[in-house]
Amino acid sequence: MTRLYRFARNLPAGILMLVTLALPLVVQGGGVPMPDVPKAKRHYSADSECVAPVDEMRKNHMEYILHQRDETMHRGIRTPQFALEECINCHVPENTEVRAGNPEHFCSSCHTYAAVKVDCFQCHADRPVKQTNFHPLTSGRMPHHGSDISNNQESLSEETLLVLTNQGGKEE
Amino acid sequence: MSEKQDNQLSRREFLSGSTAAAGLAVAPGVFLTLTAQAKPAGQPVSSENRWGMLIDSNKCANGCTSCVSACEQENGWGSANPTENKSSPEQKAQWIRKVTLRDKETGHVQSLPLMCQHCEHPPCVDVCPTGASFKRADGIVLVDKHICIGCRYCMMACPYKARSFIHEDLQDQLPHAPRGKGTVESCTLCVHRVDRDSDKAVPACAEACNSEGHRAMVFGDLKDPDSEISRELKNYGGEQIRADLGLNTGIRYRGI
Repeated sequence: MTRLYRFARNLPAGILMLVTLALPLVVQGGGVPMPDVPKAKRHYSADSECVAPVDEMRKNHMEYILHQRDETMHRGIRTPQFALEECINCHVPENTEVRAGNPEHFCSSCHTYAAVKVDCFQCHADRPVKQTNFHPLTSGRMPHHGSDISNNQESLSEETLLVLTNQGGKEE
Repeated sequence: MSEKQDNQLSRREFLSGSTAAAGLAVAPGVFLTLTAQAKPAGQPVSSENRWGMLIDSNKCANGCTSCVSACEQENGWGSANPTENKSSPEQKAQWIRKVTLRDKETGHVQSLPLMCQHCEHPPCVDVCPTGASFKRADGIVLVDKHICIGCRYCMMACPYKARSFIHEDLQDQLPHAPRGKGTVESCTLCVHRVDRDSDKAVPACAEACNSEGHRAMVFGDLKDPDSEISRELKNYGGEQIRADLGLNTGIRYRGI
């Protein structure tokens, strides 16, 4: 009898609690659409879509990136599998105007939804940079030679000779 | 006469014998250095290398700034990153700068590039409160911007004025050279190149200097006795800037 009485007494409170808990679910389901995550450019391998199973990457990508960060920074290990650069190369289109912070950006699409702030792109490139811009063979020559590289070489070697002959204490 | 010919013959024999012996001695040495230097991508850097550079200020041309512009292009600072546009010139990043010295008595003018000297005992590492400023096993001194709090103690401690602080929000950084507001940065000795191909890597500044024909900068492994830089230093020497501080810099100069 007492048990029944207690149940009846607590019933309104219980219903109220259930409704309160369920309310955000209803609002969320209707108000905030699921993120539209842009597709990757290619599959990592024939067997695997991403560098690790997709579920695993969705859940734990930050751990992989963080680990790789320290390995690269302090030990000079630059393997591409979990490199942030490769994430961007594969998941963000080239020459896009969409920058990090824009919900259309691959990273921001989910991070906006999950309300998790990322600060990677305060320093890191948020879109692919064409390899030709910093190819070891061209960098260092492009900016100051222009098109007439052969002409420059001629005059510069003379200049070098001048400098070399002047090293006996005379001013140039 | 016949005795003299005999002498000559015996000398020739001796010489040819010795060169053959030297050839044998060099061949295994070359083979050994090749296997020792190549670092696979998954291997950590080791203290068996120490990267350094020898700069001959006699070969460095007055007025030439190709090393500086090459560094800008390679690492995306200065003219290569127009989003750093609000800072004053003194505030802007300067990973490498050309310094001109003029002897007041003789009027002799010298110029040389000055950047992080990659010290063996770096003062910037001593003073860093977070461990962001660190020296890698292979002697390259870097800033881990993930843990840099931007206190700038290292900038004060560096006797070479090699470090810069980023004062404003940046965009369009290069993937291999991340840089952003509130952190300190300096010359990395083009660490991304060194890590990718330690056998043939040359920093952008030295590459530009070579392509200009000056060849004032020699990059290499100070711990490898057969490297060009070690041979040059052994045969002709090289000086440290502020050697009195006992920092044992990885960048050495000649003609200063």
